[in-house]
Amino acid sequence: MNILVCVKRVPAPGAKINVTEDGLSVDSAHLGFTTSPHEECALEEAVQISERDGGEVTVLTLGPVEAEEQLRYGASVGAHHIILVPTDGSAWDPQRTAAALTTAIEQAEQANGQPFDLILFGNESADSGGFQVGVRVALKLGRPSVNAIKGIDPGDGSVIARREIDGGFEVYEVPTPAVLGIKEGINLPRYPTMKGRLASKKATLETAEIAAEPGGQALIRLHRPPEQASTTEILGTDETAAVRIVDILEEIGVLA
Amino acid sequence: MSDFPTSAKVVVIGAGIVGNCLVGHLARLGWTDIVLIEKGPLPNPGGSTGHASNFIFPVDHNKEMALLGVQSANQYRDMNLSVDSGGIEVARTQERMNELDRRMTSAMAWGVPAEMLTPAEVKELVPFINDEVILGGFHCPTVSVVDSLETGTVMRKEAQDKAGLQVFANTEVLDLITEDDPVPGMSQIKAVVTDKGTIEAEYVAIACGVWSNRIANMADTYIPLVPAVHQMADVGPMDVLVETNNEIGYPIVRDMDTFCYERQSAGSMEVGSYGHRAILHHPDEIPSNEEAALSPTEMPFTQDDFDPQMETAIELMDMLGDAEIKYAINGLLSLTPDAMPCLGELPDVRNLWSAAAVWVKEGPGMAQVVAEWMTYGYPRVIDPHASDISRFYPDELSDEHIWARADEHFIKTYGIVHPSEQWESRRGLKESSLKAITDAAGAEYFTARVWERPHWYTSNADLVERYGLSEREVEWDNRWWSPIIDAEHLNLRENAGMVDLTAFQIFDLEGPGAVAFAEYLSVNKVDKAVGTSTYTPWLTPDGGFHSDLTMLRLGEEHIRVVTGAFDGGRDEAWIKKYMPTDGSVTFTNHTEDYVTIGLWGPNAPAILAQLTDADLSHEGSPYGSVRSVTVAGVDVDIFRISYVGDTGWEIYIPWNDAPAVWEAIASAGADHGLRPCGAGVYAVGGRIEKGYRLMGAELESEYNPVEAGLARPKVKAADFIGKQAYLAAREAGPDAVMCTFAVEDHTDSAGRQRFIQAGNAPILTNDGERITDSHGRVSVVTTAGNAPSYGKYLCLGYLPTDQAEIGNTFKVMYMNELFPVTVVATTGSAFDPDDSRLKG
Repeated sequence: MNILVCVKRVPAPGAKINVTEDGLSVDSAHLGFTTSPHEECALEEAVQISERDGGEVTVLTLGPVEAEEQLRYGASVGAHHIILVPTDGSAWDPQRTAAALTTAIEQAEQANGQPFDLILFGNESADSGGFQVGVRVALKLGRPSVNAIKGIDPGDGSVIARREIDGGFEVYEVPTPAVLGIKEGINLPRYPTMKGRLASKKATLETAEIAAEPGGQALIRLHRPPEQASTTEILGTDETAAVRIVDILEEIGVLA
Repeated sequence: MSDFPTSAKVVVIGAGIVGNCLVGHLARLGWTDIVLIEKGPLPNPGGSTGHASNFIFPVDHNKEMALLGVQSANQYRDMNLSVDSGGIEVARTQERMNELDRRMTSAMAWGVPAEMLTPAEVKELVPFINDEVILGGFHCPTVSVVDSLETGTVMRKEAQDKAGLQVFANTEVLDLITEDDPVPGMSQIKAVVTDKGTIEAEYVAIACGVWSNRIANMADTYIPLVPAVHQMADVGPMDVLVETNNEIGYPIVRDMDTFCYERQSAGSMEVGSYGHRAILHHPDEIPSNEEAALSPTEMPFTQDDFDPQMETAIELMDMLGDAEIKYAINGLLSLTPDAMPCLGELPDVRNLWSAAAVWVKEGPGMAQVVAEWMTYGYPRVIDPHASDISRFYPDELSDEHIWARADEHFIKTYGIVHPSEQWESRRGLKESSLKAITDAAGAEYFTARVWERPHWYTSNADLVERYGLSEREVEWDNRWWSPIIDAEHLNLRENAGMVDLTAFQIFDLEGPGAVAFAEYLSVNKVDKAVGTSTYTPWLTPDGGFHSDLTMLRLGEEHIRVVTGAFDGGRDEAWIKKYMPTDGSVTFTNHTEDYVTIGLWGPNAPAILAQLTDADLSHEGSPYGSVRSVTVAGVDVDIFRISYVGDTGWEIYIPWNDAPAVWEAIASAGADHGLRPCGAGVYAVGGRIEKGYRLMGAELESEYNPVEAGLARPKVKAADFIGKQAYLAAREAGPDAVMCTFAVEDHTDSAGRQRFIQAGNAPILTNDGERITDSHGRVSVVTTAGNAPSYGKYLCLGYLPTDQAEIGNTFKVMYMNELFPVTVVATTGSAFDPDDSRLKG
């Protein structure tokens, strides 16, 4: 089973994200970059399937040239091929992104002489969170698509895909080739090993220059959410704190 | 906030390992009313302490770093916050094996247990190492791993309990308030402005790690350090490590030739690198705690820089290759222009102190240094002259300088650095007006801090053959050396030599209080007739050496201080710290107003006589006298003195007239065998055979003039800094005595002739045992060099008094081999002990 995983270069989480003065982009001065967590899980799932059942894994990203870092990361954890669809570094809207990705996928499949059995997206990106690109690509390619997937069992000519819902799972049998949106939690992605990292440096970076028209969705302004005020109360440093602790446990309903 | 203090005796800024240990040591020394301010949260504010690898290799060639490393390791041990993991430096090349032999020698000097291991022996201790890629290892069982964050907490708590320390975390310093000081060019610290309020403070200490200079800038002063990246990756887990069930169960391995270390951290291995390009940051590029994904000083990992190190790490330990990289950072630490810390009072802001550019491995010891300095006027635990922040000249206090030097020396962190190694970057900062002339004579320049000094002249190469000299057999001994030095030396003794001494630091003290103030600084009497000079120590309050220099009485109210280029900054700061604030003394730095030319040798009087009508006889120009005369039509001061042991003068010439005077002397000396002569003779060969002491080598604050053989028969009536301690030292007699040793046999075990390079080679008993005096001070070589006129290779060093007798034999360890030496002089000179040549 050959699998394509589409990933996105996003700021590493954990830090306060500053917005540039014009309000149109994220100030990356202090930021490291990573792959969206859902996509890390998609990649891990693809690599596990290929390790178990054979087939090859390709990682593709659309982004600035620096996104090669995320592709090499993919290679370092087991992807066989890496493809960059370079942009000028500006943010592309979902329609434009989907259009370019679709063309890139078609080109890759043409070169391979066969379609990818599975195309995996993260359920949504970690930065803009539009939930759109995977669905739009599936529509353009005319392939079935299911989102929020937390389990995949490959079969012959189809896959079983599970989506978590309240109290259980929805189970889909999806004919391949298909497009799935993967959710974090499907697995625990591995870290690259040193040898994996060194091997990734030897992976051949394929580049697909693709022009695509903007889709009409424009970013007007980024706002930082209001700071969440939190207060810390020191309940005491000796046994006298016990009374206050009991009060609070009662307040929050832990103690009746 | 109502409980925020409005005043304090001392405010310490920064609660990393240094600031915490500083408040702890201040409390131990009896200080109270201390406030500790930290911008970040506690216990881990986000500075370099929080991500340090926390291990201490207690061996260093540098005395300050080695002894403060040991001192720090012991402080961590005393708090039970330390584990002796042991450590091994492995060598992949023969050159590194030689360096490990040198490490063995330094371990012996500083009393650190160590042994050399074969590859198989390394593998016994570290079973997962690939012993096929190494030639051997240097094993140090007392390498320790410490808990620097908890140590900080414990020290802070101690200060809270002992001294009522007040601690304010999450408090940002916004400004430092200073006031003008009566001494021109100086200010004094008054208050610290924070986002919680302003604290008036008598003392302020900056212990802000990579941010230190940003804070110093608030007081219009400068701490020369740059935040630099040290990359570290945590890989694992690995069964062999997990099975130890320990934070650290295997020795730390330093893979010196690849500039990496492997340090177990529970089930994982931390692989750290000093092998990547120097990655430097401006403090303003460091994110705040909020903006940082991990912490401000754990910056995003730049993987490409680390890749080459991973390949070599896997070569050494194959298991690393299959382990996952769980955590990897570009960790920030502090680098300075000369790879030494920045300790002490800022020379231009009274009572503002720096405790910066200190790593975890020296943190507690260096905090103790600063605390003692603030308490006693100078530290007691060690002489920190090489870490003293006042050592820097203005040319060293710029981003351009720090970045260039840090860029150059980062790769030397695990490098093999020759004791005489010269900088490549930022040369030519200070050059003599003689430069064109010395260039033409083929000068090879060495630096004395910012100053360029001719070390020898290739135009004298012909003298090598004349005196039958040759290169040294082993490249290491020959590096940064030339037989031309010895040839210039012999020619000076036979004929005459002319030395460019432009790097002399020349300070004038003038005014009605000048002489009294000069007396207060000096052990020896300065208040003598106009036209005389005084060679004198300046002591610390405890009676050890702070400085060793010459003072000239140029007028009734005019004293000129002449000191060496390595000490100009420290001596200027010492003057300004103590000079009267009533305006009775003015200070002027004349270093760049005068060029000094040294002219010495038996033919020196005949040469100079051709250029002046002045009386150059011992009556007209007696030893130690200063005379204003005309030489070659230029008004100069001639100072009859010698640091090389032959008769002659230091000639002080107005800066722009110096080339003409040099050329005139050269012409006059043409028929007298005069040659230019470099600092190789002036600073080493000439002085060592005369036993002349050098500040920073023989003379340190740990020793007093009685021990150095520089005590005069009587003590002057006037008071001076360190007088009480000096009187007590005279009463007690010396505990150690400075001696000159001759090397009796240079042959090593391979049959090669070796020549001890200066740099703390231990002086041992004939049985190879370390020698310490009753103060615990160890006998090491303070200067080593050839003495061509004496005919032997000499070393200087202290011996306990009862062993300091001419004819006693010892061994000097060099490159982990023992060479026999004999004491040939104690207080006097090996060569011409009667000083007959000075009288010529």
